[in-house]
Formats: sequence, structure tokens, C-alpha cells
Amino acid sequence: MVVVEADVERGDARYLGNRQALLELLAEHDEQVALALAGGGERYTTRHRERGRLLARERVELLVDPDSAFLELSPCAAYGSGFQVGASIVTGIGVISGVECVVIAHDPTVRGGTMNPYTLRKNLRALEIARVNRLPLVNLVESGGADLPTQADLFIPAGQIFRDLTELSALGIPTIALVFGNSTAGGAYVPGMCDYSVLVDRQAKVFLGGPPLVKMATGEDADDEELGGAAMHARVSGLADYFAVDELDCLRLGRQIVADLNWRKLGPGPSKPADPPLYDPDELLGIVSSDLRVPFDPRLVIARVVDGSRFDEYKPLYGPSLVTGWATLHGYPIGILANARGVLFMEESKKATEFILLANQTDTPLLFLQNTTGYMVGRDYEQAGIVKDGAKMINAVTNSTVPHLTLIMGASYGAGNYGMCGRAYRPRFLFTWPNAKVAVMGPQQLAGVLSIVARQSAAASGQPFDEAADDVRRRAVEDQIERESRALFMTGKLYDDGIIDPRETRTVLGIALSAVHANVVEGRRGYGVFRM
Amino acid sequence: MRTIEKLLVANRAEIAARIVRTARSMGIATVAVHSDADADLPYVRLADEAVRLPGASPTETYLDVERVVEAARRSGADAVHPGYGFLAERAGFARACAEAGLCFVGPSPEVIEAMGSKVAARSLMADAGVPVLAGETVHAGQDLDKAADRVGFPLLVKAVFGGGGRGMRVVRAPDQLAEAVASAGREAAAAFGDGAVFLERYVEHPRHVEVQVVGDTHGHVVHLFERDCSVQRRFQKVIEEAPAPGLDDAVRRRLGEAAVTAARAIAYVGAGTVEFVVDREDRFFFLEVNTRLQVEHPVTELVTGLDLVEVQLRVAMGEALPPVVTDAAVHGHAVEARLYAEDAAAGFVPTSGVIDRLAVAPGPGLRVDAGYEAGSAVTTHYDAMLGKVVAWAPTRDEAIHRLTRALRGAELHGPPTNRDLLVAVLEHAEFRAGRADTGFLDRHPPDQLVAPVAGGTRRLHALAGALARQADRRGRAAVQGTVPSGWRNVRSGLAHEVLADREGALIVGYALLPDGLVAEVGGEAVAGTRLEQAEPSLVVLVTDGVARRFRVQLVDERVHVDSPLGASSFRAVARFPLPGVAEDHGSLHAPLPGTIRSVLVAPGDAVRAGDPLVVLEAMKMEHEVRAPHEGVVRAVMVAEADQVEEGAVLVVLEEVEGG
Repeated sequence: MVVVEADVERGDARYLGNRQALLELLAEHDEQVALALAGGGERYTTRHRERGRLLARERVELLVDPDSAFLELSPCAAYGSGFQVGASIVTGIGVISGVECVVIAHDPTVRGGTMNPYTLRKNLRALEIARVNRLPLVNLVESGGADLPTQADLFIPAGQIFRDLTELSALGIPTIALVFGNSTAGGAYVPGMCDYSVLVDRQAKVFLGGPPLVKMATGEDADDEELGGAAMHARVSGLADYFAVDELDCLRLGRQIVADLNWRKLGPGPSKPADPPLYDPDELLGIVSSDLRVPFDPRLVIARVVDGSRFDEYKPLYGPSLVTGWATLHGYPIGILANARGVLFMEESKKATEFILLANQTDTPLLFLQNTTGYMVGRDYEQAGIVKDGAKMINAVTNSTVPHLTLIMGASYGAGNYGMCGRAYRPRFLFTWPNAKVAVMGPQQLAGVLSIVARQSAAASGQPFDEAADDVRRRAVEDQIERESRALFMTGKLYDDGIIDPRETRTVLGIALSAVHANVVEGRRGYGVFRM
Repeated sequence: MRTIEKLLVANRAEIAARIVRTARSMGIATVAVHSDADADLPYVRLADEAVRLPGASPTETYLDVERVVEAARRSGADAVHPGYGFLAERAGFARACAEAGLCFVGPSPEVIEAMGSKVAARSLMADAGVPVLAGETVHAGQDLDKAADRVGFPLLVKAVFGGGGRGMRVVRAPDQLAEAVASAGREAAAAFGDGAVFLERYVEHPRHVEVQVVGDTHGHVVHLFERDCSVQRRFQKVIEEAPAPGLDDAVRRRLGEAAVTAARAIAYVGAGTVEFVVDREDRFFFLEVNTRLQVEHPVTELVTGLDLVEVQLRVAMGEALPPVVTDAAVHGHAVEARLYAEDAAAGFVPTSGVIDRLAVAPGPGLRVDAGYEAGSAVTTHYDAMLGKVVAWAPTRDEAIHRLTRALRGAELHGPPTNRDLLVAVLEHAEFRAGRADTGFLDRHPPDQLVAPVAGGTRRLHALAGALARQADRRGRAAVQGTVPSGWRNVRSGLAHEVLADREGALIVGYALLPDGLVAEVGGEAVAGTRLEQAEPSLVVLVTDGVARRFRVQLVDERVHVDSPLGASSFRAVARFPLPGVAEDHGSLHAPLPGTIRSVLVAPGDAVRAGDPLVVLEAMKMEHEVRAPHEGVVRAVMVAEADQVEEGAVLVVLEEVEGG
């Protein structure tokens, strides 16, 4: 394989400016992560600890193998929503007894671990990741159930949690519930639907109705332990497969269950040397443009992410605005599609289509590195069939069955987002750099389009056009789009699986790539590779 | 003249291995005998053949004359080397060998017998003109006080048939006499099967100097110079050297002559040692003759260039002492340190357990006679000496340096050893000046001599151990093996590992971040320390610009760390304790591994603070486990003759209300 030439000038003013801008964005992200980490805050955290209980992340830390990695997903979910950042739930990919699993842990310090619409989205996304990647699922349960004021947005869709749990089981993907506390009403179906359940003595409460509700419904007097304690469920109802004397014991049993799953990944293991890149990943901060109008060479990024900075470019002279080629990441072969100069033309579209077909022919996972302003517009391009070529690419992306990973490195505008495997195209994982912007188009363009349309409408109806009001409206729209296209906004809405530090890209993608290999890695068959 | 074709070594561990080596180099086939507990020791495999002596206790194995002779018969051995200890000085054994037609490598039964009785030996030597200390025999119906008066105080009560410090008591005043005689008698009876004791004038803090002698069957007796074995603990030698430092040449010569006189007086054949005490005025007095090879014979071998086992075997075959022996001279200086599995600071309590590594880096002038190797188990059935490290150099100072360096750098992974004590003695100014006497370790008790591992060193060792375990786990990761260790995109804290040693548990927190190591040990941040390398067997930490290599051995949950700062051993505490193994409150533990001699209480008994509950025997010493407080015995977990490990629960004692 060919080693990429990718030196950069570290003293360069643009480099330093980019770096400064990105560090500020990272600091802003860190602040939000700190909020998520703080959970329900000092008071609730202390109260929780005083009950002798572990925090959600402490449970996760003890559950996963010592010194293994834990990739937390969407840590800033619910940003900008009014709900606690993090959405009162921790989800991620962790290694338990040598098995990559999806972990879902309620944070009981945030409003008792109750579920709001963002919690639900994050929970469902974790279930989806478990399903598409065939990862065993471990739920660390302690939740007060639905956040009742938002029940209207919650009750109906939340049913999918239980549906997904049993669907996972039917697909042969084991599901485990470790119950540390409340798991009542609908929540009782989490241990109910899981293949394995472990209940902690004198902490777990698993029942459909608690003492007051039972009293109201039937007049019967019953206490918590009789209705849903670990001892009862382990000895009488049989809902608890394992009785844990305390939280540590529960985590130990959880690890034991996973160890005994006799789990085998269906995809191949890493097959190539996983030597680190030759270039310092720290330089990514200076490479990535803070100004999205300034393109940057994705080869500089690739050289700081892939094994040994080796990258064999495919069709380097054709459709040069999109870089395609083969590399390995943590020893796994991958194909990479990366925007070089933002715009996708006909050639780029056809090149991408061919490349995706080739990857499917050889069962090679694909990595999409997005920095796109969309497909080219204009008379010549429309007449030359840009829609048809764009459609080919979107068709190929949609029907490709090798695992896709997407990283938004910068701009992600228009149909470029689709063609480059945006969220709606269901990449197995989608991560975002903090400088990324995602929208139907750029804020100025969007505001400008609205202004032109308004002007045309005024002209058509013979109304005078208020230039001053248009200016104000234009700026307001620009501001709104600017705000709503920011990475934090997108991650808050669960449109990605998290914002990542560019310097950690190799590790994050390595974990994701390893996780996707838990499932079969097999391309679409049926046609030969079309030469476009 | 007779030849020896096949030699049975009636001993174990290092001395058995050492004898086998020489025999092999002489073309003599070898047979080892071993108890069940010793079946896996290296000496058993070193010998050509091995015969099992079923059982573990010395009495049913190495001390059983019939079985050992039977082993020789079955294996077709024509000679027996007894080594030291066990049957080496049992005339009955030498006689049994002779009766079985076996060549016994050692003096005649008569000589062993004569020297076995300390009293008889004394009078024999006195008659031959060898200086002896005032002494009196003790027998029933005798006026003890008068006898003691004739000897003078302080005096020593000694077992007539004994050695190794057992059955010995120092008496400084008449009122202690009766009790000392009684207890020494009991101990002697238990250890040597004969409770006879005698009184001998006690020289305060003498030097212990002994002379190696060899005689052949042709009437030649020569000495092979002296050894100084003054550094002793409880009458057991710890450090020995040759020649004796700071001795006037005239005294040295007279000592040699006295030893030869003594040996001639009994027509000594084979290798033997005449022991003397030397007082501050360099006057010396006969102590006893050891009719065997001494533990410390290597120092003589290193300064003379002789192989004393070879000399023994040749003499046993009837050869005359060759010129290399009769004309031997001293070259340079040799110092030996006895490495024991013991807790010196706790009063030389023997320790036991599996040895994970026993490695002394080879070096010029260095000799290691070890009886154990990695994987060997040290049990409490026998002497806890792991081996001997001996250094030779042209001068005494250099020899001490070599030995010190070798001991410091040794990787001793297993039960605690006396290594730090040995190093402390070797580095002590008094020892360096050649002024150590037998009171050395009384004046400088181990707990003062040996500084405990500095807190900072212990913490760094714990950190290195945790990082090595981390590297080990990463190396064995089933998935994501190339992902950075302990990587987090959202970090809520440090990774934790709990390492415990005898001082307690240390919580090590660490994170390997892209810009370096963040660590805390015992809740305290480790500042100014950079991690350069972390592998399962090597961790390199740079503190204040100084890079240090921490060599680590990981065996199951055991973590051994050696560094330029010292050595530590830890046990990694499991993250998840198995429920239900928590012990009952009020449990009393075995202070050391051993055998339950007697159980003095039963469940339900009320006891007062200080009452003895259980008597534990280890290494022939009795240890009483007493009630720490008033209470009622709730459970007795052991029975007489049970073997217990250190820390085993013996008795559960319930505290009484208001007690």
C-alpha cells in the first residue's frame, strides 16, 4: 500500500487559526459533557450514594473489562431541549468478558431516571445499534418510568423498547437486564422481555403496580418486597434468574452471564497490521478548516487516521472532488469516500457509485468522510443529468449491504448528506466533529433563497417589497439556520451518535469498526459492478 | 580401597543438589530420597534416580533410618552421603549403613557418638589440651545451684545431644536456673529424643569461629582454615565468611593447631568442623565438633579452591588426602548469606508458599546453592532456608560488595525472605569493620536494622504493578486489542486496581491519556511521574527526570516488583469478591503456618483475656494463640495435628457484653 504524503506546516497562520477555533468548539462540547457527567447534580448524586448505590457510570465502569475501551454514544443528547444534557441515560459500546456489547444504563440521579422523549430516542438508537451490529445488550435498570408531563410524546412510541428487546432475542442477540432499583409499571417489562435478569436484593423493584395502586385497584395490602423484590422474584415468580446480594454481585453476575454466552463474532477479525499513522493526529486540529468555505484535502485527514498512513487511491484522476480508496483501520480493511472540494459533480457521483459496488463485491466496509456542500446545480449540470448521477450514488449507498460508518468532518449540506450516507441512510455509526454544520443548505444561501422567493412573490402580486424588513428577516433566518445546523444542535437531536474529538477519530472508528464485525460483513450480490 | 558406584544422598534441597553435582562430576551415579512434600524440588530431578519416602514430617521421612537404608538397598546404592542435619550426626544411622554394607560418607559411628555428646566431647578435648569453658553435667538428684556456682554466671544450659540452637537457654541469675534447665530439657527431648542437658560458662557476645578439618584413613589430619560465623539469630548462623576478619595471625595459627589437635585426638576421618568461641581478648575455647559437612562449607571452598564433597567422597573411598588438600592455602575472601523464607522483623517467623521466581543474576565470584526454583513450594515441615548466596573476591570489602549487590538485585518472588536483613547486616558499619559478634542481631534487632520499604517506593511499586497488569490484560484482549488502554470519550474517573501487601491495601488509580499518565496511589496523586513503557514484565517510570525500570512478574493474582528502589510483592484484590466468603467477626488467625499441637478450648467455653486457646507448632517452636479479650468460644475451626496456613481461622471468639 502507498503511504500518503501529508506533511503540514504547523506554524502557518491558517493552521493556528483552525486549531484555535476547534479547541474552542471542543471546550464548548466538554462543558456540555460535564453537565451530562454531573447527572442530577450534587444533591441527587450525594443522596444516591448515601443509599449505598453506585452511579450509572460507576456501574458501567465495573461492568466492562478492566482497561477496555468504552465508547459512550450521544453523550450530549437532549442538548438545547430543556431536558438534562445526556437525556438521563448512558448508552455505549463496551467490552464485557471479552464480548462487545451495547450497554444501556439509566441515570437515577436525573429525575429518578425517568424517561423523556430524548431518553427514548437515545434508548431506541442503542437498541438499533445492538440489532444491526448483532451486539448483546446489557440494561442497567433503575428508572422511575415515564416522565409523566411528556407522556403524550412518549407513551405510544416507548412501546418499541419492549418490542425491540424481544426482537433482538428472536434474532439470536442476547439481552440482559441487571436491575438495581425501580423497574416498575411498563419498566417491569425490561427484565420481563430480556433473556436474562439479575435483581439486586432490597433494591430492585419489579412490579406492574406498586402498593398504592394495588390498594386502589383491588383493596389488597402488599408491600414492595412482596410485589417486586429480588427475593420474591428469585424464589417465587421466577422472573429473576439470578439473585444478587448487592450491586457488585449483580455486576459480577452480569459479567458471568456474558462470559457464558459462548459468543462468537460473525465478521472476520482484523487481518492487517494495525500500526498507528505516521502523522500526528493532533495536527487534525490545524488541518480542519474553521471556515467551511475553505476546503481541505481529506488525504491529510486519512493520513492521520488509517493504519500506517497507507491509502491506495482509486480513480485519483477522475472526479477529483471526491477521494476514494482503500486503507485499513485497526487492521480492518475499509473503503473510504471523502469529499475533497465540497461539490459532487457527475464524475464524482459515478466514481462513488462504482466504488461502493466494488466494496460490496469484496465485502469491504465503507467509511464516508463528509465535507460536502451538495450536488452541483446549474443549467449545464441539470441538462447533463446530475439528478440521474446523484440518484445512482444514492441508490448505491442505499442498497449497499457492507457496514457503513460516517464521519461528518465539516459541511453536510443538501443531497450531499444523503449521497454521503447521512443519518437517514442508516450508517451503522455516525459521528460528528464539533465544527460540523448540517442543513439542507448554507444559512446565507437559505436566507437568500427565501429572500428571492419573497421578492418574486411581491413582484407577482404587485406589492412593494420592504427591503429593510427583508434584511431583518434574512438575518434572523441566517441566525436560526446557523444555530440549527451546528454539531451540538444536531447531536442534541440524536442525529448522530455523538460529537468526537478529531484527535480521537482513529480510536472511535476502530471501536465502531470492531463492533460492526460482530455481524456478518457481506456485500450486495446479484449484478456485476456497473461501469458508469 | 573401595569404590563408590552409586551414592544415595540422604538429605534434601540445596545440599542434596550440591552433593549430587559433585558426585556426578566424579562419575558416580546418584539417588535422591524425597518426602511427599519435596517431590517437586529440583534436587529430586537432578539425581539419576529418586526414592519416595512417604509422608511429610521429618520423622517419617528423612529421619527414618530404616526407610533411608531401605531406599539405598532398593536403588542399589553402595554409599550414603548424609549431608547436614537430619541423620548426619546420628551414630545409629552410620552404624545401620555399615551393617547394610553401605559406605557412610563421614566419620565412624564411634566418633559421631563421642562428639554427639557435648559433655563427652568437652572432656575429651580438655584432656587433649584444647582450651574448654568451665562446665558441669546435670543429672537427677544433683544440687543444681552448686553446679552452677562452679560454672559461674552467666551460663548456658545446653542439650547434650543437640545443635542448631534448640534446647539452649542463657541463664544470668540463679533464680532462672531451674526453669531454664526444665524447658531446655523438654525442648531437647522433643527435638533430639534425649532430654539430657549440661551447664557451660557463657561467654557474652563472643565471636563464633570454626575450623574446617579433614582427615583420611591413613592417619593424616589437616585443617582448611577458619570461618567466622558470628552473625547469628537464635543460635542459627546467618552470615559466614572465610577467613575470619581481624584475627591476629598468631591466634589464627593457634586456632588451626587446636582444631587439628582436637581432630587427631579422635582420629578423625572425613570432613568435620571444630567450633570455638572467641572472646574479646582473642582467647578461644572449644565449643563442639560437628562431624559432618557444614552449611557454610562453600566459603572454605571458594577461598581454597577445593571441593569438600569430593574430598569427603575420596576419603570415603580410602584415598589419602592429596597434596592440593594438605598444601591448601587461602586466596581472597568469601562471604555467604543464608537466604531464609522467614519474616525476620516478626521474630524470624518462618514463611511458606509457592515461589514464583528465585533468581540471582550471575556475576563474577558469585555462587548460588539453591534448593528451590520457580514453582517450588516452601512448606513448614523443614528448615526454611531457600539457599545460600556466596561471593568471592580478592578482598573482604569486594566480596561483601559483590554479595550485597547480588542480594539486592535478586528476584525473590514468593514467601517473604530475610533478604533485606542480610543486606542490612552486610552494609552495617560494624560488620564491615569485621567487629560483628554473636550479639550483633540482639544489639541490632531486625526491625531496627531493616527500614521498611519507604512509603513512596511502595506506592511506586504498586503503580508499576498495576500498570503491568493493565498491559497484561490489554495484551490478552479478545477484541479491540489495538485500541488505547482504558480509552474513554467521556471519562468519569480513573481506572482502579487494588493491590494488597502485608501493610494493607493500596488503591491505584490510573488513566493513560494521550498526553501522559495520570495516577494516584492510596488517594494521593503521583506527581511528576511520566510513563515511558508499560509491558507485563517491565514498566519504566520517569520521576524527576530519572528513568527507573520496574521489573514485574505476574502470576495469577500475585504481583512482584523489583526496582532499583527495592522489592515489593502484592496480591491483586479481585474486583468482585465472591459473596459468602466473608469471615465471622471475632475470628482468631494462625500467626504463621504450622501444625496444631493442642486445642485448649471447646465451643461454649468462657475465656478471659490472655487465656491460651490453641498451641501451634511451627519449625519446632510452639506458639500460643491467646484470647485477645474476654469472651465465649463460639467455634473451634481446627483439631489437633491439623496443618494450617498462615491466616487460617483457628477459633471464633464472641465478645461478652460489657467484657
